[in-house]
Amino acid sequence: MQHAQPYYVPSPSYWPIIGSIALLFMGFGAAFVMNDVEAGPWVLVIGLAILFWMMFGWFGTVARESEAGRYGPQEDISFRWSMSWFIFSEVMFFAAFFGALFYMRVLSVPDLGSGATGEYLWSNFKAGWPVAGPGIEDTFRPMGAWGLPALNTALLLTSGVTVTWAHWALKVGNRFQLNLGLFLTIALGVLFLFCQAYEYAEAFHEYNLTLKMGAYGASFFMLTGFHGFHVTIGTIMLIVILFRCLAGHFKPEHHFAFEAVSWYWHFVDVVWLMLFVLVYWL
Amino acid sequence: MEAVHGHDHAHDHDHHHPTGVTRWLTTTNHKDIGTMYLWFSFAMFISGGLLALGIRAELFQPGLQLWRPEFFNQLTTMHGLMMVFGAIMPAFVGFANWQIPLMIGASDMAFARMNNFSFWLLPPAALLLMASFLVPGGATGAGWTLYAPLSVQQGMGMDLAIFAIHIMGASSIMGSINIITTILNMRAPGMTLMKMPLFVWTWLITAYLLIAVMPVLAGAVTMLLTDRHFGTNFFNAAGGGDPVLYQHVFWFFGHPEVYIMILPAFGIVSQIIPAFARKPLFGYSSMVYATASIAILSFIVWAHHMFVTGMPAAGQLFFMYATMLIAVPTGVKVFNWVATMWKGSMTFETPMLFSVGFLFVFTMGGFTGLILAVTPVDIQLQDTYYVVAHFHYVLVAGSLFALFAGTYFWLPKWTGNMYSETLGKLHFWCSMIFFNITFFVMHFLGLAGMPRRIPDYSQQFADFNMIASIGAFGFGLSQLIFLAAVVKCIRGGEKAPANPWEGADTLEWTHLPSPAPYHSFETPPVVK
Repeated sequence: MQHAQPYYVPSPSYWPIIGSIALLFMGFGAAFVMNDVEAGPWVLVIGLAILFWMMFGWFGTVARESEAGRYGPQEDISFRWSMSWFIFSEVMFFAAFFGALFYMRVLSVPDLGSGATGEYLWSNFKAGWPVAGPGIEDTFRPMGAWGLPALNTALLLTSGVTVTWAHWALKVGNRFQLNLGLFLTIALGVLFLFCQAYEYAEAFHEYNLTLKMGAYGASFFMLTGFHGFHVTIGTIMLIVILFRCLAGHFKPEHHFAFEAVSWYWHFVDVVWLMLFVLVYWL
Repeated sequence: MEAVHGHDHAHDHDHHHPTGVTRWLTTTNHKDIGTMYLWFSFAMFISGGLLALGIRAELFQPGLQLWRPEFFNQLTTMHGLMMVFGAIMPAFVGFANWQIPLMIGASDMAFARMNNFSFWLLPPAALLLMASFLVPGGATGAGWTLYAPLSVQQGMGMDLAIFAIHIMGASSIMGSINIITTILNMRAPGMTLMKMPLFVWTWLITAYLLIAVMPVLAGAVTMLLTDRHFGTNFFNAAGGGDPVLYQHVFWFFGHPEVYIMILPAFGIVSQIIPAFARKPLFGYSSMVYATASIAILSFIVWAHHMFVTGMPAAGQLFFMYATMLIAVPTGVKVFNWVATMWKGSMTFETPMLFSVGFLFVFTMGGFTGLILAVTPVDIQLQDTYYVVAHFHYVLVAGSLFALFAGTYFWLPKWTGNMYSETLGKLHFWCSMIFFNITFFVMHFLGLAGMPRRIPDYSQQFADFNMIASIGAFGFGLSQLIFLAAVVKCIRGGEKAPANPWEGADTLEWTHLPSPAPYHSFETPPVVK
């Protein structure tokens, strides 16, 4: 292309096949666990252990390649495209669950409480929201928006600011502010997760709100649960980036790993805003 | 495809080159990975084909002869899953791996190591699927669409299928990100988007579709999993959910998936027809726009799979018209292929035979699709053999024939040897004839009301079923000719020149010897 350096093609690597073996174990392990096969937990744990080993080794290799200067401007563009498309795939994953929430709230629940279906099948059912569903006897209290969830919104939005503050610092070579900003972002992320865990405990023990609570319970826990899982991953990625910063990685003009993680963090932030409005508030 | 290996070692800046099994386990070479994709998909094609023969053997006569009905359901389900996710999709990814870097003048894929991961995720997924036959309760028998509530009620085989789908989805997403990035970032200087070979264009759009819908499928089967094991009620009316919700989410994936399986086929045929008509492709830009239109429309037609679920009339009308609209860009494509052949100096080597065969038979599948788009007709034909005939006309005679065409077309470039034209033509004619013997009669069966996915049938369907079963076994055996032709070509044969096809003008023919060296285009060519 325009520049002399040929595009970097890594040499043969064992990490992919190790990752495949991990997923083979995890697939069988998870299926066994869910069907009460005795060996299940072991198979699953072995799979997870191999997966973590693979990620540690593979991502470490990538970090070393990056620091060794193997990635030029063209590779940088590749990383940008790929991270964008990866985030798009994540958006579509969440869209499936938001779609399910929309469908249940706007279509299936009202249908069950009206017309011939309501009259002949579920005559005692009053459609509305939040609701578990006509066949669920247990009652629950829904999760309000203005307590912990509002605090969580503030936490995540602030963490979006701190990560950007760290990025500005990285671009002008202010390493102290970079590390501080990253540390604050991680702290806010961990605090968010702590609040979520507290909220779940409250939901289980005081609100009787579980996955089994029909349309509301399922959509609430699946959406907040997958979001929380993504925040966990994002926090781990931020911690890795912090360690890399402390080890002196990244340059003002060459730091896509940092940017990718901050993109991911902002994405998780936006999903939370959607959750806050559509799951907690409205 | 050993012949590919061992050329141009001078170009190896990566020092060591593992050999034997290690080479294939650790490779970061797009040609190696493409080869593995193609062999894997062929293995799955044969496995899925054997399941299909199990189905046709049972349906040879009315009454129950060979299988219990539950096992028959497992056969139909696993046949579908293996063919869609194991055979057709990976085969196209194999073509993408081999051809996209060669056709755009790139040295390799953008993420060569991840590329290997995308491939090696498939064998574990296939193992999960195949092993599900052995667990208590057997494999899932809910149909390849895994509709709730039946899929909620099945045994461990269903969970294995769900995890297999998760893993295959991850593979597809990584593969697609790789393909899009390669196309957008690694084209040779001068190759603008509108100069890209059409195969590359169709894959760019297919990869976009994959990234958009594979996560949705992951979401659908995840909800299925939590409904099965964690007490959620997404697909259960008692909990405010709805089994129809599963269908919506599934088909939001499922309909774009149909185009994921046919757009790269369009791409392959769009390379082959101009080569053998010795004319440039007619209406290149309209082909590009038609491909993009099909992709966009594919997102707003999903509920035509669900006309009998009790949809409001406005919904039925919308999905009916939107579906019919797809016939317009598809018609543009068919017209352009025919116009490319018009007054061309055509020859009919095997790739061209398969492409012309594709054109005839795929178009028939398109027409039956148009008929099924009409809501009142569809309500009559839902879940009959007419639907089975329709989608096998587009998937076998469409996707699969294009895959065969592409294989014969590029085998000289891949192996350095010409394939046997005799075997190739024999393969084509056997496939074409037996395909139609198998599936043409299914139209009549469907119109007469024979339901799909049922191991037994009324006496009046006996004759056509017997014909279809004979055709199916013939079709299956014909594929051994394909295997023979490919193996023979890999092992030797007449040496292929750099460009054995007079009319082929893409970079892999004009700039590279046959076989293509292990490392190609390390210095990108300049495209004018």
